[in-house]
Amino acid sequence: MKAPLSWLREFADVPQDISVEALEEAFVSVGFEVDGVEIQGDGIQGPLVVGLVKSAVLVEGQKKPIRYVGLDCGEDEIRYVICGASNFEVGDLVVVSLPGAILPGGFEIAARQTYGHTSNGMICSARELGISDDHAGIIVLSEGKPGDDALELLQIKDLIFDVAVNPDRGYALSIRGLARELAAALKVAYRDPALATSPQIYEINSRGIQVAIEDPSAVSVIYIRTISDFNPQALSPLWMQRRIQKCGMRSISLAVDVTNYVMLELGQPLHAFDASKIDGGLTIRRAHSETHFTTLDGQERKLASDNLVVADNSRALALAGTMGGLESEVVADTTTLAIEAARFDPISIAKNSRSHRLPSEASRRLERATDPALAAISSARALDLLIELGGARYVGSASAGSIPAATAIDLDPDFPAKILGISLTHETVRATLETVGCSVEDSGLPWKITAPTWRSDLLTPIDLVEEVARLVGLNEISGTLPIGKASTTLNPMQYRKRHVAHSLAARGFNEVYTYPFVSQEMVDLLGFVGPRAASFVIANPMSEQAPLLRTHLLPGLLDAAKRNLARGAKDFGIFEIGTVFRDVAKLAHVGKVATDQRPSEHEIKAIYESVPAQPLFVGAVVVGGMDRNGWWGKGRQFEWSDAINEALEIITDTGNHPEIVQSDLAPWHPGRCAEFRINGKPVAHAGELHPRVLEALGLPSRSCAFAVILSELEFSQTKSAPAVLTMPAASQDVSLIVGADMPASKVQQALVSGAGELLESIALFDRYENLGEDKIALGFSLVFRAPDRTLTADEVSGYRDSAVESAQRECGAVLRS
Amino acid sequence: MMSSSPLSEQAVEAAKSSALEAIAAAQSLDAMKEVKINFVGDKAPISRFSQELGKLEPAMRAEFGKIVGQAKSRISAAFDARYAELEIERDERVLIEERVDVSIPAQRRPQGGLHPLTILTNEICDLFLGMGYRVAEGPELEAEWLNFDALNIPADHPARTMQDTFFIEPLDSHLVLRTHTSPVQVRTMLEQDPPIYVICPGRTYRADELDATHTPVFSQVEGLVIDKGITMADLKGTLDHFAQSIFGPDVKTRLRSSFFPFTEPSAEVDFYFNGRWIEWGGCGMVNPKVLRAAGIDPDVYSGFAFGMGLERTLMVRHGITDMHDIVEGDIRFSQGFGTGGR
Repeated sequence: MKAPLSWLREFADVPQDISVEALEEAFVSVGFEVDGVEIQGDGIQGPLVVGLVKSAVLVEGQKKPIRYVGLDCGEDEIRYVICGASNFEVGDLVVVSLPGAILPGGFEIAARQTYGHTSNGMICSARELGISDDHAGIIVLSEGKPGDDALELLQIKDLIFDVAVNPDRGYALSIRGLARELAAALKVAYRDPALATSPQIYEINSRGIQVAIEDPSAVSVIYIRTISDFNPQALSPLWMQRRIQKCGMRSISLAVDVTNYVMLELGQPLHAFDASKIDGGLTIRRAHSETHFTTLDGQERKLASDNLVVADNSRALALAGTMGGLESEVVADTTTLAIEAARFDPISIAKNSRSHRLPSEASRRLERATDPALAAISSARALDLLIELGGARYVGSASAGSIPAATAIDLDPDFPAKILGISLTHETVRATLETVGCSVEDSGLPWKITAPTWRSDLLTPIDLVEEVARLVGLNEISGTLPIGKASTTLNPMQYRKRHVAHSLAARGFNEVYTYPFVSQEMVDLLGFVGPRAASFVIANPMSEQAPLLRTHLLPGLLDAAKRNLARGAKDFGIFEIGTVFRDVAKLAHVGKVATDQRPSEHEIKAIYESVPAQPLFVGAVVVGGMDRNGWWGKGRQFEWSDAINEALEIITDTGNHPEIVQSDLAPWHPGRCAEFRINGKPVAHAGELHPRVLEALGLPSRSCAFAVILSELEFSQTKSAPAVLTMPAASQDVSLIVGADMPASKVQQALVSGAGELLESIALFDRYENLGEDKIALGFSLVFRAPDRTLTADEVSGYRDSAVESAQRECGAVLRS
Repeated sequence: MMSSSPLSEQAVEAAKSSALEAIAAAQSLDAMKEVKINFVGDKAPISRFSQELGKLEPAMRAEFGKIVGQAKSRISAAFDARYAELEIERDERVLIEERVDVSIPAQRRPQGGLHPLTILTNEICDLFLGMGYRVAEGPELEAEWLNFDALNIPADHPARTMQDTFFIEPLDSHLVLRTHTSPVQVRTMLEQDPPIYVICPGRTYRADELDATHTPVFSQVEGLVIDKGITMADLKGTLDHFAQSIFGPDVKTRLRSSFFPFTEPSAEVDFYFNGRWIEWGGCGMVNPKVLRAAGIDPDVYSGFAFGMGLERTLMVRHGITDMHDIVEGDIRFSQGFGTGGR
């Protein structure tokens, strides 16, 4: 809400010498952020006067219409100036800056020779005066007399505060409300403008337009006041125009300006109908079966049956609290007007405005709940102005509904101090509550507090504590530090996440956080099927191209890899730890669950179960090598086996021991992908990416990836310490010939099972492929050690032979001579 | 050649002298190997004398044994001393010849790094763990009831419009991408009796376009304390401690009245850093309506909650001027933060 200081001063005794900073500080101290301060007229110096145009002669031979204008500026002689604007005529009143004046930006006015004449000043536009961005030529005044000080007349010098109003404080979307807050913050006197109007002078009778409420849930109180003989030619006075402009609205016509002016002043939106277009009386009702309606912006609107409308006996005339209708709009020849002021149900107005995408100054206020007492007062205030300024005659008033009675709130006067953790006297509590407009009955305990009509948000004791906190000042509170009652640690999954991240980073990987938004093209490209192709769809995605939630970390990681590559990185590994979204079939509907008490265990269970499980993954993509070329010699490409090993290390570090099987899961290379299983359930995939995918994404061939489902891995029990044997070890190497498609892990497993329990370790040290006949040779190194003695050569050969026999049996391995 | 020489005092003396001369004359460790074979080892004359001792009659054996033993010790000591001398010489010369440029860049493995959001999250969790808080987490795809209703954000609240919140199709699934980590607080209150001390870090979503200061996917950390007699002073003290731990011991905080549906009184918290007040987050006393919705009696318990954006915290603390750096996954960014060492 934009609020000019000159207007605020009308109701709050703001000290004359206060600084801009102190005013800002004052708003902030009571909970109103100041988004901006506009200093209008800053740097302007007079003389700036009203001039009456006496003559205007076109200067011959110019491409633009330049005129030599004679002005009566209240001086002895006519003053002549050159002017290029053409939106004024002889007889108009304009604003003239005289030589010696300074306009915004340090623009000094001086007499000068131009277009063959002496120009003795300048006729000003609103833009030149820095009071509006209006390009519509120079200002033509509706009042004033030659020689008047235009700085004063136009109220040019002012401070305009753009105040952010929190949604619970609808009353502050008005000069009335902001002046009250400013006065409270500065501890100065405040005069409520609502009390300056006497609505009772406009008696309720049956002469004007009548009103009825069909749906009492939609409106608590409404006033319709009718006037006649309104002069449609009457102009808004300058002071009114200027105030409306300073609040960021446009001056339109007297009738419209008055409704806007009263809204800005008091906070109650008003609507003016052309009363001659109303068929019978007005009714506040739902649209029901009425389906079409044209708003005054000329748009035909499709009505929803629960839209709230103001209707006459035959049709809807206005979308209640949102926008008037074209048919009953006040136009250039309107002389009878019906002014509507109502305290609508905020939710009905919010729905009206949202369903038609019509946020307006009116709906913004009505959605935040207006003061029901204002229905009578603001409509009377409008009539005062229309009668005074537009020559109208009073016809009659009608009203329906009533101001809801406020219920007193029980307040323990010590409660605010208890919540805020400061000491407060009862006197302070009472005074602050009275400042915000509450009436305080403190003769007994608890106190009975009645909130003012404009504070429908004050319903419970804690609401009152907030008011006390706000006015006493939160910075009166000095801090104390509470400490939890238990010693705490991370839970096992939190430890796991940290450990995985740290160990990958320590091994040269870089952590990234990617958006989980995925396109269907990416899903198709990666060849996802089954649960990985069934994504949740965002109803309102950031980009229509990427409406899906990720089912895997690879889409985001591959995008990030592309970006790094495009920016010149050559050898890198990136990883992400994050949740993915699957299990779309589970969308369960939960009925309405109340919030005034703890839901039943049954309801809680239903809510929890409506949320799909979101598995936690770690995923990584590697491009190039993790062992680089350099002065030391050639590095090494990170290859499929490295990816598999990284995944394996992550898994075994958790104390889990997976089975590794060949997999053709997309988007991996169908021959170079390992699936890790625990108890038959896949927990990870690793290997080289599919060449087609890499090519489509522009990533180097042989790039690798791995993904481990961290949330699928059991947590290990306390690990028992391994036996660290100290007797001498005996090493035996064996070379075995097996079929080329025989998995080395299977051969190793067979050796292990045959070698006996003194086998301490086994390692594959060679894999030789050039044997022909689809045979390969595998070289294993076996280390044996006994706990209590040095092994003899014979003993060790025996174990080796037994291991080889097992490999022969299980894998058809032949000892290579 | 010496095998025939008779075992005599002179012969022992001669063998000793020539050994000592050879030891003194040796100029390198290699030469010392020769000396060892010829004058110290098993085949050296002095060693042969030892072997011949057995052929002597017992009386002579004791006498000569002493003479030979003394000579052997003398030779051995001289050898060791010379060897040590030559080793020092070798170290001074040869090892210096093997000197390399140790300042040469030798980073074979690329520099790894944690994302600074991870480092900051860990730091914050550790801070609050030390104050007896638990780290609580929850799902990012969340039930509308937990994200909104239970937090006193009714169905018609502006925050629940499509402009702010990502909804999941079909809309009657009532699933949203959580707009804050507050549903974790609700879950905690539903699952645990007070006293509650939790810190909730996590990813959150709001339908803002990515620009230099906004991102639709961001991270928050929220704190929740519910206990008997918790006051706004406890909130203020906790925020002071938090801000000072993250931004430095001299940092001050300030509370400004504000509005959030789930807290009352509500405030914005600012901190004073590098000469200016910076908005940090929102906070307040947990609204009794929220306590009631979770089955906690507001007449017995009170509580506070606060929440901050981690990206904003990072940006201020580390002088990051563009949000793009945080969300784009450029490795140079995380490399700059390393693996979280201090």
